[in-house]
Amino acid sequence: MKDMDDSSVTEDGRTIGGVVMEMKNITLRFGGVVAIKDISFDIREGEIRAIIGPNGAGKSSMLNVISGFYVPQEGDVWFRGSKRPAMRPYEVARQGIARTFQNIALFDGMSVLDNVMTGRLNYMKTNIFQQALWRGRAEAEETENREVVERIIDFLEIQAIRKTPVARLPYGLKKRVELARALAAEPKLLLLDEPMAGMNVEEKEDMSRFILDANDEFGTTIALIEHDMGVVMDLSDRVVVMDYGKKIGDGTPDEVRNNQAVIDAYLGVSHD
Amino acid sequence: MTVAQTQSSAAEMVSLPALLERNAAQFGDREAYREKEFGIWQCWTWSQVQQEIEALALGLINLGVNEGDFIAIIGRNRPYLYWSMVAAQSVGAVPVPLYQDAVAEEMSYVLGHCGARFVIVGDQEQVDKVIEVQDQLPNLEQVIYLDPRGMRKYDYHTLHQYSHVQDQGRAARDEWTPDLQARKAKLTYDSTCVMLYTSGTTGKPKGVVLSNRNVIESAKNSADFDKLTVGENILSYLPMAWVGDFIFSIGQAYWCGFCVNCPESADTMMTDLREIGPTYFFAPPRVFEGQLTSVMIRMEDAGSLKRKMFHHFLAHAKKVGGRLLDGKPVGLMDRLKYKLGDFLVYGPLKDTLGYGRIRVGYTAGEAIGPEIFDFYRSLGINLKQLYGQTEATVFITVQPDGEVRADTVGVPAPDVEIKIDDRGEIHYRSPGTFVEYYNNPESTASTKDPEGWVATGDAGFFEDDSGHLRIIDRAKDVGKLADGAMFAPKYVENKLKFYPDILEAVLFGNERDRCVAFINIDLTAVGNWAERNNIAYASYQELAGHPKVLQSIKEHVQTVNASVAEDRMLSGCQVHRFVVLHKELDADDGEMTRTRKVRRVIVEDKYADIINALYDGSTQISTSTEVTYEDGRKGEISATLDIIDADVVPVRMQAVAAE
Repeated sequence: MKDMDDSSVTEDGRTIGGVVMEMKNITLRFGGVVAIKDISFDIREGEIRAIIGPNGAGKSSMLNVISGFYVPQEGDVWFRGSKRPAMRPYEVARQGIARTFQNIALFDGMSVLDNVMTGRLNYMKTNIFQQALWRGRAEAEETENREVVERIIDFLEIQAIRKTPVARLPYGLKKRVELARALAAEPKLLLLDEPMAGMNVEEKEDMSRFILDANDEFGTTIALIEHDMGVVMDLSDRVVVMDYGKKIGDGTPDEVRNNQAVIDAYLGVSHD
Repeated sequence: MTVAQTQSSAAEMVSLPALLERNAAQFGDREAYREKEFGIWQCWTWSQVQQEIEALALGLINLGVNEGDFIAIIGRNRPYLYWSMVAAQSVGAVPVPLYQDAVAEEMSYVLGHCGARFVIVGDQEQVDKVIEVQDQLPNLEQVIYLDPRGMRKYDYHTLHQYSHVQDQGRAARDEWTPDLQARKAKLTYDSTCVMLYTSGTTGKPKGVVLSNRNVIESAKNSADFDKLTVGENILSYLPMAWVGDFIFSIGQAYWCGFCVNCPESADTMMTDLREIGPTYFFAPPRVFEGQLTSVMIRMEDAGSLKRKMFHHFLAHAKKVGGRLLDGKPVGLMDRLKYKLGDFLVYGPLKDTLGYGRIRVGYTAGEAIGPEIFDFYRSLGINLKQLYGQTEATVFITVQPDGEVRADTVGVPAPDVEIKIDDRGEIHYRSPGTFVEYYNNPESTASTKDPEGWVATGDAGFFEDDSGHLRIIDRAKDVGKLADGAMFAPKYVENKLKFYPDILEAVLFGNERDRCVAFINIDLTAVGNWAERNNIAYASYQELAGHPKVLQSIKEHVQTVNASVAEDRMLSGCQVHRFVVLHKELDADDGEMTRTRKVRRVIVEDKYADIINALYDGSTQISTSTEVTYEDGRKGEISATLDIIDADVVPVRMQAVAAE
């Protein structure tokens, strides 16, 4: 592996920078169950990093550790050069980490626009009373933030549903709105929990394009969990493979594809 | 201010750049273009537009555009692309707008045929298509793109961002302004204004060359005919490569100085329509059909009071609305009730549809269902029909206010002469008559005779009492059945297509003993029906083969047969057997033109096995069909289709004898 501070350039011309987040010897237990066992890996600036593995491998748990929702019993999380203390999820969000959820978590009764605007919450300084009066600072603030949101709406091509309540949208579009909300936070690290789950081929292609474009256009560092191997291999720069809470592979898609332990985990061999 | 008053210096208005100068001088502060971007309507006044176009024109000279060059323009309707057409004209080049949904091969043919040196495109998708076919295009030199999104990783030797071209133009203003002025001064009434490729139901597209005279005279005549003013607002959403859009969004807009509004994206068109509330509107029948269907579906879901009110007042509108619009006598009580209905139902409905301010609306391209047509007119929307084609710079016949009917296309447009030859084919001659087909003297000669008469390829006749033209069908599609009776497929197909659940129909029977048909169901309408009746389906194919769907289509076919039987000349065209196809006819598969006209010969050839089965008496046919996906990849659909027999009304003796 290359030196950590070294920047590299991928074949399609994107710049991958130094390490943004590092997981050091993470172990996570729920009572007697060991969900994650002594896993270390890093995420570099500007890359798309995938975490894959069969059902129950501990992928979602790992994502929840990164997002600060779970605090591991052992091991440290290093983010942007410093060790991260135990934090509440909103504190993690303020640090610049945004995420989407496997089971969509949007405000159903609110419009797409309002949902995406909630992604800007960390950039709003005025309080509820100022916003209710909507004078001076509050108005200017909304205009600024709305502009960012509108650019993202344009980027994800959801102009036509801007004013539609989320509850009325089909599944594929809801997923896109979730991505919009996460992008609206202008995150330094974006976590995607199974962004293509339950989608048809066309929706998957659209979503893949948006993920690649977001990475390319905004330089967003992305960590994602995904079941669909084809998608993962096409999208990611590097892949971590988990099985039964352990890391069994780590490297470029090609390296991982040829890793015997990975092949076994996916095709199934007896675990004794 | 009326158009007539502003035309004092009409003599010098011989090109669109000249009209632009006039508009900037006379209407400098008026809005010329609006486009919704980032959720807000952005505006440009005529004087701003003049500056934008000038900067681009200077930039084009700077890039090396020569007089007589062709500049292809590809993208969705955006002010910037409309400006590029006039910028191209300003530097003496010829703009060639292309259909943005054309696949790379189609694009390659047109770009190669006109030998375009420059291409101006909307976004990355179009850039990719052009790059894909670049090596087949030796003349192509530079590509200019509008939206920089996703464009960072490209080779910039021959690629330029639109705004950068303008910046370079502004920077080189002193250097190139004299050249630009000289080039503009050379434009005459007979210079080429634009070249538009016809979609071509048969064979390769042909480049129709239209002069400034064609465009400006047609714009002037049609604007006078409908009394269009500088105050109009239109929504430009139809393909820029289509002659109608060129005339409405550029020709008439420049002549009258009115405002062109571009939607945010293709999907937001309905919302944008409502926000703009155009005063002058053009749409093909399918847009009106779609809107009506969605209104009806939404009313099904409304509360019972609202629904009753809606249907009650709609029935009243049907009774008197059309007569009121035509200025015919209507009783006082009926008038009052209509006023009340306008307040309670028609007004709000028109607002919702985006027709609250509409003064003149047109539909053309295909026949519109009489019920749909009457629905809009009964609400007080002055919807009319016109008949035209690219070669005529749109206008051949139009319906004057107060003489509007669903089954005719009106009287000859101003300055248009029409004659009908002994075979029933319509010919016309007008100031809008095209100059030639580019690089295709044979086609030019076979279409336009030395005296300037153009054969339309359509068969029709003038009604004796009203003097209105009625179109029967494409002249070449009109044939004979084996017994000699007239075969006019379009006539029957249109009757079938007026049913909301039938999207497309294709009738066969030329030189045969009886007629059979292909039918495409309308997924929106039938899907909605299925949902309400708890019928589950996974795909278009499954829904199209559902026994209940087949049954209801069969009923429609039989009703149409009964109505066809009443027509003396065409009673032989009743549908004896039909199939509901397993896929929608699609332009990507070459089965339709980009303007959604069926390519009969291709369909007949591709589905020969099904046609055979329709004639040989079998009850089922297994078939597989190649399909092309939007990204150009190919796949295959196979299906077993039921062939349905439909009852026909016995043809009376005189029907055959009428021949």
